[in-house]
Amino acid sequence: MLLIHCPHCREHREEEEFSYGGEAHIVRPLEPEALSDEEWGDYLFFRTNSRGIHHEMWYHAVGCRRYFNATRNTVTYEILETYKTGTQPTITGASA
Amino acid sequence: MSRNRLESHTGATLDFTFNGKAYQGIVGDTLASALLANGVDVVGRSFKYARPRGIFGHGAEEPNAIIQLGAGAATIPNLKATQVELYQGLEASSVNGWPSVDFDVMGIIGAFGRLMPPGFYYKTFMYPKKLWMTYEHFIRKAAGLGATPVEADPDSYDKLNQHCDVLVVGAGPAGLVAAREAARTGARVIIADEQSEFGGSLLASKQTIDGRIATDWIASLVAELAAYKNVQLLPRSTVFGYYDHNFLTILERRTDHLALSAPSGTRQRIHRVRAAQVVLATGAFERPLVFAHNDIPGVMLASSVSTYVNRYGVAPGNKLVVFTTNDNAYQTALDWHQTGRQVVAVVDSRTNPSGEIVDAVKALGIEVLVGHGLIEARGKKRVKAALVAPINESGTQVVGAVRYLDSDLIACSGGWSPAIHLSSHTGAKPVWDPNIVGFRPGASKQQERSAGACRGTFDLAGCLAEGASAGAEAAKLSGRGDGGLQFPGFSVEEYSEQPQQALFLVPHTQSTSRAPSQFVDFQLDVSASGIELAVREGFESVEHVKRYTALGFGTDQGKLGNINGMAILANALDQSIAETGTTIFRPSYTPTTFGAIAGRDVNHLFDPERYTAMHRWHQQQGAEFEDVGQWKRPWYFPQSGESLQKAVNREGLAVRNSVGILDASTLGKIDIQGPDAAEFITRMYTNSYLKLAPGKCRYGVMLKEDGMIFDDGVCACLADNHYLMFTTTGGAAGVLAWLELWQQTEWPELQVYFTSVTDHWTTATVTGPNARKVIAKVCNDIELSNEAFGFMDWRDGTVAGVKARIFRISFTGELSYEVNVPAHYGRHIWEALIAAGEEFNITPYGTETMHVLRAEKGFIIVGQDTDGSMTPADMNMDWVVGKNKAFSFIGKRSLQRSDTVRENRKQLVGLKTLKGSDVLPEGAQVVFDAKQKIPMSMQGHVTSSYYSASLGHSIALAVVKGGHSRLGQVVYCPLADGRSIAAEIVSSVFYDPKGERQHV
Ligand SMILES: [Zn+2]
Repeated sequence: MLLIHCPHCREHREEEEFSYGGEAHIVRPLEPEALSDEEWGDYLFFRTNSRGIHHEMWYHAVGCRRYFNATRNTVTYEILETYKTGTQPTITGASA
Repeated sequence: MSRNRLESHTGATLDFTFNGKAYQGIVGDTLASALLANGVDVVGRSFKYARPRGIFGHGAEEPNAIIQLGAGAATIPNLKATQVELYQGLEASSVNGWPSVDFDVMGIIGAFGRLMPPGFYYKTFMYPKKLWMTYEHFIRKAAGLGATPVEADPDSYDKLNQHCDVLVVGAGPAGLVAAREAARTGARVIIADEQSEFGGSLLASKQTIDGRIATDWIASLVAELAAYKNVQLLPRSTVFGYYDHNFLTILERRTDHLALSAPSGTRQRIHRVRAAQVVLATGAFERPLVFAHNDIPGVMLASSVSTYVNRYGVAPGNKLVVFTTNDNAYQTALDWHQTGRQVVAVVDSRTNPSGEIVDAVKALGIEVLVGHGLIEARGKKRVKAALVAPINESGTQVVGAVRYLDSDLIACSGGWSPAIHLSSHTGAKPVWDPNIVGFRPGASKQQERSAGACRGTFDLAGCLAEGASAGAEAAKLSGRGDGGLQFPGFSVEEYSEQPQQALFLVPHTQSTSRAPSQFVDFQLDVSASGIELAVREGFESVEHVKRYTALGFGTDQGKLGNINGMAILANALDQSIAETGTTIFRPSYTPTTFGAIAGRDVNHLFDPERYTAMHRWHQQQGAEFEDVGQWKRPWYFPQSGESLQKAVNREGLAVRNSVGILDASTLGKIDIQGPDAAEFITRMYTNSYLKLAPGKCRYGVMLKEDGMIFDDGVCACLADNHYLMFTTTGGAAGVLAWLELWQQTEWPELQVYFTSVTDHWTTATVTGPNARKVIAKVCNDIELSNEAFGFMDWRDGTVAGVKARIFRISFTGELSYEVNVPAHYGRHIWEALIAAGEEFNITPYGTETMHVLRAEKGFIIVGQDTDGSMTPADMNMDWVVGKNKAFSFIGKRSLQRSDTVRENRKQLVGLKTLKGSDVLPEGAQVVFDAKQKIPMSMQGHVTSSYYSASLGHSIALAVVKGGHSRLGQVVYCPLADGRSIAAEIVSSVFYDPKGERQHV
């Protein structure tokens, strides 16, 4: 069970307070109608599914009810950092 | 005095029974030591060949003495007799001895062991497949896996969440000194050990530490630890799992040593510990030697023989032969010699052992056969003789004449395997070390370090030094102390040991495949020849061989057999052990009871139940309830002797002909406010709310971004920038999270706020042609005429003296008023409406009637008529999709994808059975050709189906491929019983197709 630092509550809480939100930093296209089916399909269905550094959303569902992002190693499950939605990670696949 | 009990060892007597026979043990015994004291040889039968088996070990590694403790509600199956503390009146029986350990049904198979090679079950019993269930029943019964209690567990269990700075696992020498070093820094320390007493291997040791006998040294160290306020001592506590982020689980057995069922308090509890740092000091398991018939009762681990002698005062035999590849097991010869019983010989596989302890044994006049193997044990239910012979230096061949040694006890030692289980749980990959002939823990993946025997350090001085350093280091990393040692040195008397020999399979005069079975995994009867056969049949991966032969699959999880098995496999594959690798250990380290896992989360605490404000009234009316999420909703209100169908017929007709009342409080309600509320809501629903005026309501459908229906409900404009969104009962939490997701992560610039108000409001739905007359009797400050208060309007007002919101929305197709009041007034309002409706025979109805009434109208229920693959168009609900909305609402683009616009998608239709009394089963498959051979082409399925009393025939909703263009066609629903029901595809709106009744 993971121990997750909520950047809004600013403390570590047990995983059971959170729910997983999938890959982070996927921006909804501003003009969906301008996209081909394939481009829209990429947005809808395709994720990096990376081995190692992964940026993902978490939701402090039974805490502050805020979404935030975490940089997690998908091999070791180590959470390297958490940061607020709208900000960028300091640790990336390129830097690690 | 029992015949194997040493006279020097005394204590209060305890009575117990095993397999129905009465015995006596003494205080301090385990069930195993007491059985050995009484000379009980056979304690179980092996899984596959049903061979008689005796006690082999003295702890968690025990493969044979698997017992059922007690009977009735508190019974526990599959315990190891070596870990069961004896108490007065204990009752135990073998789990794998059906019908008795002395007479076995499968003996016929045992006598022809070669008829059951590995993969036997697959090869023999899998075909014909239909008979597998029969075979499995027989095999399980014959092999015996213990019996689960059928009554409710009488005991209570707890869970305890804890944090600590340093968790020390294991209270042997390394663990104890680690805890002491950490404790004196002020760190919060938990030290847990599975045994009843702390001390680990020292409990059975005659060594001295700092000039004191080991047991005395332990006692004072434990007393010292107990005096620290920052230290928690957990004996009888097994750390059974090591999970992510230093989360560990400990099973503490609080009363199992006192009685079967807890005399008071909780029987067991699980500590869920988040530790800053962990010290693993879990020790090592001695490795058996793999020789022919090494499973006969009377063959034991050397350390186990020593433990029974030194700790329990039990000598489990008379004439001992020690068979070893190392110096360590010579100690067993010394210990046995002390009892006054005979040491027949020490058989050492090494050609030139020269250690101090070897000389000590020789000095006692004990025969030491060097360069020899014990190649076979003889005997049936007890060892009668040991066959020994000279072997070559590499231990692969018998090179001389075989000699019989008259013996009834064989103590064997193939060296020691570090207990790396918990380290493995963290994902650390074990590393083979030829120097210790074993796997060491891999590089740490978490905040942990191993110390002592579990790290491959087997001498006592080394264990103490490592333990102390590990404790100080862990404390320092948790923020306590400077890492320096308080107690740096220990003076220990011990023999220095010479190198051991790696011997994983003892040669025989015959080849492995022809020799009598040489067992590797006792519990599952995996032999050396079985592993070699698996290789000949093409298995190469250790994980595959494990599954094919069942090596390590028993309740002991291969604690004894794994290394030998892997080494034999590596040899057969002609590769190194390091190349072959090991299988991965996973939690639980030892079996854990379901009672402890469940803790208090049982019965009414298993899942919270939610009640509406009128719940007690429903109960008083005799309602039957249905679970909807966590809510208890009235399902129907039977009058005396009424069946479900009769009640539903009556309730439904009352709504259609006069008036009914429904408790709709459970619908999700989200209060939405903010200057951008309308814009936000419009992005979430398929239709627009930008022009919805205060006092108005609108029905909307929410899609996921893939275009599939996710939830539906009515949204009302309460005031400018203020809305109330209704969701489905089950979807409330999901919808709120969904709204928050989009607002927080995609459109933070929109000012809008969400508050769940589901529990704040009670909703009573009054519906039917007489609904207005009922409301008029309790509300006189709202103009109720259709002109002043029309369909899809809502009004503020006073109902029976309570401020209320009334919504004219309808899920029945009838004139409806949904009265919302603050929840605490719920029952008052409900009873006032019932009283007002009395003259119209107002009828309370439940969810079943609600479903029938809405199905008559073709109103969908999300999650019943939809399944996450349905678009609004599929549901024939294109009217709810705003095609001209400026913003591309969630899911809109997906409605144009090639897959969502393709023809022949499953579409919602009505089904009318040709015979009106036939009610289709929900979930029935729809086919176009009833005569088609199996497998038939499935064209859809029934999503909702009822008998409609209002219409006088059954109705069903179904999704059928291309259904919207198939009106009038006849389809078939083949049933499991061979019948096939014919039905006509009709409009999904069965009742009042023009929708006039709700507008009156
Ligand atoms: Zn938070």
